[in-house]
Amino acid sequence: MNMPRRDDLIVPHRSALLAALLLAFPLAVMAQSAPPASGTSSTDMSSMPGMEHGSMSGMPTPAAPSSTAKPATKTPVKKAKKKPVPAPATSAPSPMNGAEGMDHSAMPGMDHDSMQGMQKPANPAASTTTTGDMSGMDHGSMTGMSPEAMKGMDHAGMAGMDHGAMSQKDQSGMAGMGAMSGMTMGPMQGGSPPPDARSPDYSDGVGYGSMQGMDMADNTPLGMLLIDQLEAFHGRDANGQAWEAEGWYGNDTNKLWIRTEGERSRGKLDDGGLEAFWNHSIATYWGTQLGARQDFGEGPKRTWAAFGVQGLAPYWFELEATAYVGAGGRTAARLRAEYELLFTQRLILQPEAEINLYGKDDPLRRIGSGVSDVQFGLRLRYEIHRQFAPYIGVSWVRRVGTTADYARQDHEPVLDRQIVAGVRFWF
Amino acid sequence: MKSLYPPPMDLSRRRFVHGLALGGTVAALGLLRPSKAWALASAGQPATLSGTDFALDIAETMVNYTGRPRVATTVNGGIPGPTLRWKEGTTVTLRVTNRLRVPTSIHWHGIILPFREDGVPGISFPGIAPGETFTYRFPVRQSGTYWYHSHSRFQEQTGLYGSLVIDPAGPERNPSDRDYVVMLNDWSDASPEHIFATLKRQSDYYNFAQPTAPEFFRDVRDRGLRQALAERKMWNQMRMNPTDLSDVSGYTYTYLMNGTAPAGNWTGLFKPGEKVRLRFINGSAMTIFDVRIPGLKMTVISADGQDVAPVPVDEFRISVAETYDVLVEPQEDRAFTIFAQSIDRTGYARGTLAPRIGMEATVPAMDPRMPVSMVDMMGAMAQGSAGHGDMQGMSGMTGMQGMTGMQDMTGMDMSGMAAAAAPVVRHARTEYHNPGVDMHVDMPRTNLDDPGTGLRDNGRRVLTYADLHTLGGSIDKREPSREIELHLTGNMERYMWSFDGVKFSDATPVHFRSGERLRVVLVNDTMMNHPIHLHGMWSELESPDGKFQVRKHTINVQPAQRITYGVSADNLGRWAYHCHMLYHMEAGMFREVVVS
Repeated sequence: MNMPRRDDLIVPHRSALLAALLLAFPLAVMAQSAPPASGTSSTDMSSMPGMEHGSMSGMPTPAAPSSTAKPATKTPVKKAKKKPVPAPATSAPSPMNGAEGMDHSAMPGMDHDSMQGMQKPANPAASTTTTGDMSGMDHGSMTGMSPEAMKGMDHAGMAGMDHGAMSQKDQSGMAGMGAMSGMTMGPMQGGSPPPDARSPDYSDGVGYGSMQGMDMADNTPLGMLLIDQLEAFHGRDANGQAWEAEGWYGNDTNKLWIRTEGERSRGKLDDGGLEAFWNHSIATYWGTQLGARQDFGEGPKRTWAAFGVQGLAPYWFELEATAYVGAGGRTAARLRAEYELLFTQRLILQPEAEINLYGKDDPLRRIGSGVSDVQFGLRLRYEIHRQFAPYIGVSWVRRVGTTADYARQDHEPVLDRQIVAGVRFWF
Repeated sequence: MKSLYPPPMDLSRRRFVHGLALGGTVAALGLLRPSKAWALASAGQPATLSGTDFALDIAETMVNYTGRPRVATTVNGGIPGPTLRWKEGTTVTLRVTNRLRVPTSIHWHGIILPFREDGVPGISFPGIAPGETFTYRFPVRQSGTYWYHSHSRFQEQTGLYGSLVIDPAGPERNPSDRDYVVMLNDWSDASPEHIFATLKRQSDYYNFAQPTAPEFFRDVRDRGLRQALAERKMWNQMRMNPTDLSDVSGYTYTYLMNGTAPAGNWTGLFKPGEKVRLRFINGSAMTIFDVRIPGLKMTVISADGQDVAPVPVDEFRISVAETYDVLVEPQEDRAFTIFAQSIDRTGYARGTLAPRIGMEATVPAMDPRMPVSMVDMMGAMAQGSAGHGDMQGMSGMTGMQGMTGMQDMTGMDMSGMAAAAAPVVRHARTEYHNPGVDMHVDMPRTNLDDPGTGLRDNGRRVLTYADLHTLGGSIDKREPSREIELHLTGNMERYMWSFDGVKFSDATPVHFRSGERLRVVLVNDTMMNHPIHLHGMWSELESPDGKFQVRKHTINVQPAQRITYGVSADNLGRWAYHCHMLYHMEAGMFREVVVS
């Protein structure tokens, strides 16, 4: 929450920015799911069978026809999750470099042309089973099947980093999505029920008996508390301690969700926040968050109504996007993205990015409107046990715009780099 | 929370995986004496009770498989509980006494009986309250190898299981000189409630074979960036994990053979030249095993208690709750290892066939862990097939880079795929806009001749369902009058499991009309195996072209597979119908079937 100034890596258009960011969210989704840079043109998408147009809903100029799901908002079950397949290096996003994070080169090998016109992309390799044919087929089907990528908030977390570049891509990516007709296959994930979808009810009106004793665990509420960061930091100007934690309690569909983070230095609490949400699962990897946030620390305590989405985007990015509305017309937004890169089964690098935005100046809390700060952290942990891991890392915090001006006035750093060491644990 | 931070992999971990030589129940020492009833018993042979009247006590018993004492739930003090030997044509009476502090039950798995005797709390009866004795009584109208287990909560994971051996009323079709039950189980020192909660919190908790960045860079070096990315693309986009073979692994499980950890080396004796019948039962909560006896050909003679045309094989996969009887005829005067490795290759159960007690044979190394392939994810879509002619529209195919990544396919046996025309798959409305569903398979494969992930093209003759033909054919030759299609669904990330995206507590019963012959169509819309068990009635598996194949009580549906089976709704009452993966079942992959 403290950041430098050197070059304005994002030029905030003040209040417009908030809106832009929220817009960029679905856009980013599209961008990420747009065709790869690897030589396929954007029109390739047109041939993808189960392409999910739903995610385009928020788009200003959606060239997309149909309707499908509405993936643009969802929330995942945030677990102490480990990302399996490491995304390509390029997609381990560096928040300072949003455009790169979006780089579609991460998805070469996609070639949707091949799917073009396939009515029944089922049985490939017409005659021979040579490896070449088969493999070709497989990937064909794969790409064809992966349109689900379209649905998520894919990589939206990076949206905030570079909207400009993004919307550009988005637009182009969108362009090709028009011609979806002719495909009979649905998407492998997401999608809407086909017209001939059947009922799951085979009861003929027969109900359950009155027998007691069934004791299934399919609705049992459970809980979890993850202390993701409990650390000491050593910055250029200050040393201190920081925490970041979240917990939940509930069943598969509805959970009480708590998030908290903050830091203290020189023996006093600089900044802190506590959020409580009703988390509702709305899609495979996404859920909505509806609740409140309380800020504490230096300055007046602020209370906000909060709503957002949280989920797991393709390529295993954990994303959170939350908008806040407070008293006196205050608004704010926070976007977070997190990834886990496994070097071994126990040595895990966790990059993390966060951006905070405010709708108007709050001089008492030394926050300016627009983007207030951008944070990026890299933490390398060793899981002695799945549930307990010490880590070391480095974290950059850069204040932006008016917030940076406040910092300068206060003789505080605009950019701070911190060395951190701590533990992560959950139960 | 006590065992929250056990030591990392080290020597104690080794002991953990291999177990203690003298593990098992304290009472097990008392079971070493030969059981007179049948078979010359040897070390660790489960107790056998035979006749028509049985008294079974369910109680807590201390066990020690890993060096840490734990409380197990046992039948008559043993893990497994006693083998019950019945005779076809008799009526058995079983008085089951609950000496636990919680309700319990025993379900007679695979036995066709009146539904009130089926032992499923909440469906067939209210369960057995603490201190109570419940008396089961029913006629035995079948023969073969079956098993019993608790149907209450997670008790099955904590030791409440045993085998059933039913002698035929007439002569035994496959007489043998020796007859052993080989029961496979997965034991964990952690409580099953804890395992279930852990899976809900972090579903890949037990998977220590996840793809890593170094593997990625190695692939980049060996095969190029494009290919390395292409291979990972679908998985990454779908947020699914190709190494996800088993939800719970050897990280917490010690795999048991007849209640004995690998280090304990359960042993069955033989004299060279004898014909030995091994009755394999997978009584695990969550583990699929691949079983072989290096050096011996096994002849499969029975599946789920029903005699089949003999099939000689080197290896078979036994899914949870299945049983296979095999005959072996060791000629040499030496020991043979019975090797049952878990599907995810994180551990194995092991025992020995030997002419004398104390002998051992080499224990083979586990096979490499094979990731889930495209076929397992996409069914027929990924199944290059010689028989299909729908390729015309695919002229653009050549443009598909990344295809080179399909090495998974090379091992596939394509021969059986040609026959099956692509079936029409009808997804349920509830499979969409549903947080509990993470994928749909529109073009499932239907062939039965694929042994599954990790067994394809391994150089051994591996049993598949296509090899199984029940002797005597179907019990009901009528053509099914209707079909009930159910899809196996789940969300691995959230650890949710269901049929048609609807878990048990949100579902209505499935109604079978009394007397009808119907076809159940199962489509596996997940990337995991699901052994589906219908209580009270047989499931008569059909070949892809609709011909009778094999009669079973538990049918394993492979990832992205569509299978069909006939059911004769001739047993009135309320029945359980579920995935036999214990945690899948408890998560909601369960239906009540009502025959009326």
